[in-house]
Formats: sequence, structure tokens, C-alpha cells
Amino acid sequence: MTDPLFEYLCRMGDNTLVLSHRVSEWCGVAPVLEEDIALANTALDLIGQTQLWLGLAGEIEGKGRDADTLAFRRDVWDFRNVLLAEQPNGDFGQTMMRQYLFDAWHLLQLKALKGSSNAQISAIAEKAVKEVTYHVERSGDTVIGLGDGTEESHQRMQKALDRLWPYVGELFVSDAVDQALSAKGIAPEPTSLREEYDTAVDAVLAEATLTRPDSDFAHQGGKTGVRHTEHLGHMLTEMQWLQRAYPDATW
Amino acid sequence: MVEEKPTLETVWGWLDSVPDPEIPVISLTDLGIIRDVQWQGDTLEVTVTPTYSGCPATSIINLDIETALRAKGIEKLSLKRQLSPAWTTDWLSESGKAKLEDYGIAPPRPAGGPQHCPRCKSAKVERISQFGSTPCKAQWRCQSCLEPFDYFKCI
Repeated sequence: MTDPLFEYLCRMGDNTLVLSHRVSEWCGVAPVLEEDIALANTALDLIGQTQLWLGLAGEIEGKGRDADTLAFRRDVWDFRNVLLAEQPNGDFGQTMMRQYLFDAWHLLQLKALKGSSNAQISAIAEKAVKEVTYHVERSGDTVIGLGDGTEESHQRMQKALDRLWPYVGELFVSDAVDQALSAKGIAPEPTSLREEYDTAVDAVLAEATLTRPDSDFAHQGGKTGVRHTEHLGHMLTEMQWLQRAYPDATW
Repeated sequence: MVEEKPTLETVWGWLDSVPDPEIPVISLTDLGIIRDVQWQGDTLEVTVTPTYSGCPATSIINLDIETALRAKGIEKLSLKRQLSPAWTTDWLSESGKAKLEDYGIAPPRPAGGPQHCPRCKSAKVERISQFGSTPCKAQWRCQSCLEPFDYFKCI
């Protein structure tokens, strides 16, 4: 097996990288200017966090790969992001629902990582948790505003929740990588975050007058890289195009 | 070429005149992102912490520090990035906060919002968005003079 620490850092960095790219697809075309700016800011925070996570991953791996190399020179099967992050934007409501479902988990995850026995991981988490606190405040407010909004916005948000809920379970699935790191106090057991997540999400969904789907069926395969959805490959084709067409091109 | 090593106090003074690239009315020391200045032998080591992890100004800030110190004759320079403790707006100097307000940016407050409109000083203000034109700012509007303004987010 690959070094669990490297795997774990790729998971963290690929989550933020892939979601950041998705969110950045709204730049210049969001419904209103303030939302456009907010989305671009969120994407920017996430790309900054990506540089820290993937930068550290490359350092741990020790093969001379930096954050850019990991981002632009790996193919789809080497990505370790959760399936939720790679789901297409859909309409604005679906984008904000995906953001909220991710942010609510991301905040708990980073709070736990702040207490990591690995000083570098703890420092990145300490930095990122401040940014993500803002993300979840805004995405939660937006889910409430649109869910408890007009008949049309309510319907769209319910549809988005139904569409995305089957991707939530993967955030809490524990495997050998998680177990190896949690045994050393480096990272939390994913399952340990579920209860607090459910409490937070249920409160927001209730205020948004949205109904959480009954089924807890969970699509899996993103964080292990075994089975990404077809959407990730298309996204990478665009994101990696320049470095693939012109290797080592610099700004 | 510097004959003798300048004192750390002198170096801090030089850094105090390097403006923030996004908000040039405040300096890098006002912003509180320069955490340490030390001589390591004959190399000057400057420790800098980023405001936001993705802030594009970070690389410009490093370049500006280097340019300013080179202009003063510093030849051996090392810039060190420090993530922890994470930057907080508590480190913004009092004079920095006053300069922000004069410039039209409401300074950060632990209460989570601006005290008043930086232009007309009315306390009747409302938030437009948690985010603004740079990662460190949010958009607010004055309900008295109706002007939108930037608020420096408290983190």
C-alpha cells in the first residue's frame, strides 16, 4: 500500500482542488454580482488550501513532485477526492447545496485535524478552519434562504438535496488509510464526525423546510480512487489541458 | 554593500514602509503579517504569515519585502513562511485600523460587523455579502448615506 499519510494528504488536497475548480466555473456567470464574488472567493480559499495539502503531500512522498505536479500530471484514477466534490454544478441551487453538504463536513474535519499529532497538518487545519467557518455560514444561509424561499426555489433545493444526498455517506466511510492515521492520532476516524454532522445539517434543513431523503445509500469510490463518476475525467480534461499540451509551461 | 549588519530595529523600520499591495494605505507591519526578523549568521531571516491561504497578494508581498530589503543593501535574505499561529485581525495595529477607516474600509471588530459607515459614521449599516473584492473583505452598505463599503473581516 502507498504511504497512508501521502494518501490522506491527497484526499484532503484533491477535495479542495476539485471543488475549487467546480466552484470557479461560476466565475463571471453567477446569478448576481455578490454571489459571483462570493463563489470566486470560496474557490480561492480552497485553491490556497490545496497548495498547502498537496504541497505537503509531495514533500512527504519525497519524489520531487510539488502541488502543481500533483494537480496537473495525475490522471483521473489517481485522484482521491470524494464523489460529492466532483458532481457538476447544475443550477445555482445545486451548487450551493453541494457546497453546504461539503462545508458542514469540512468544518468538523478541520476542527478535528487542528488537534492532529502531526504539527504540519495541525497548522494547515488551523489556517483553513477560519476560512471554512465563513464558507459554511454563507452556504448554510443560502440553503435556508432558497429552501424557504419561493415555490420554485424550494422545489429546486429539494431536488438538489435528493440528487446529492447519496454522495454524503462517503464522507464518513472509514478505510485502512483512515484507521492507520487515526491510530497515530494524526486524523479523526471519519465515522466519529457523523453525529455532529447530522445534527448541524438537520437543523439547517429544518429551517430551510427541506426533507432529508430516507435512504442512507452511499455511492463510494472517490476517496479510494477506485470508481470516480464520469464527471471528474471531463473536468480534468479542461483543468489539465495546458500542462498536458505544453508540459512545464510557466506563467 | 552593507559594511555592518543593520540592527533589527532598523530592519523593522524599513519593513514598516512597505505598503500592502492590495490596500496601500497600510503597511505590512500594520497588517501584522511579519512575525519575526532575525539574523541567522550573515543571513537576514524574515518570517511571514499569509492572511488567507489562497490570497494572491502573498507572492507579491514576498517580492515587495525582498525588493525593499535588497534596495537597502541586504544581500543574504531568507523568507520563511509560518502558518501557525494562524494570522488573526487582532494583529492589525491600532494605527492600521485608523488608516483603514480613513481610506473607506471599516476596520474589523470582534462583534463581527462594522461599528459604523466609514464615510458618514452612521451606525445603521447592513451586510450585503460575507465576501468582497479581496479575501480579507466583506461587502456592507450604509442605510443612511446608502453608500456600499468594504468591511475588513474579523478572523
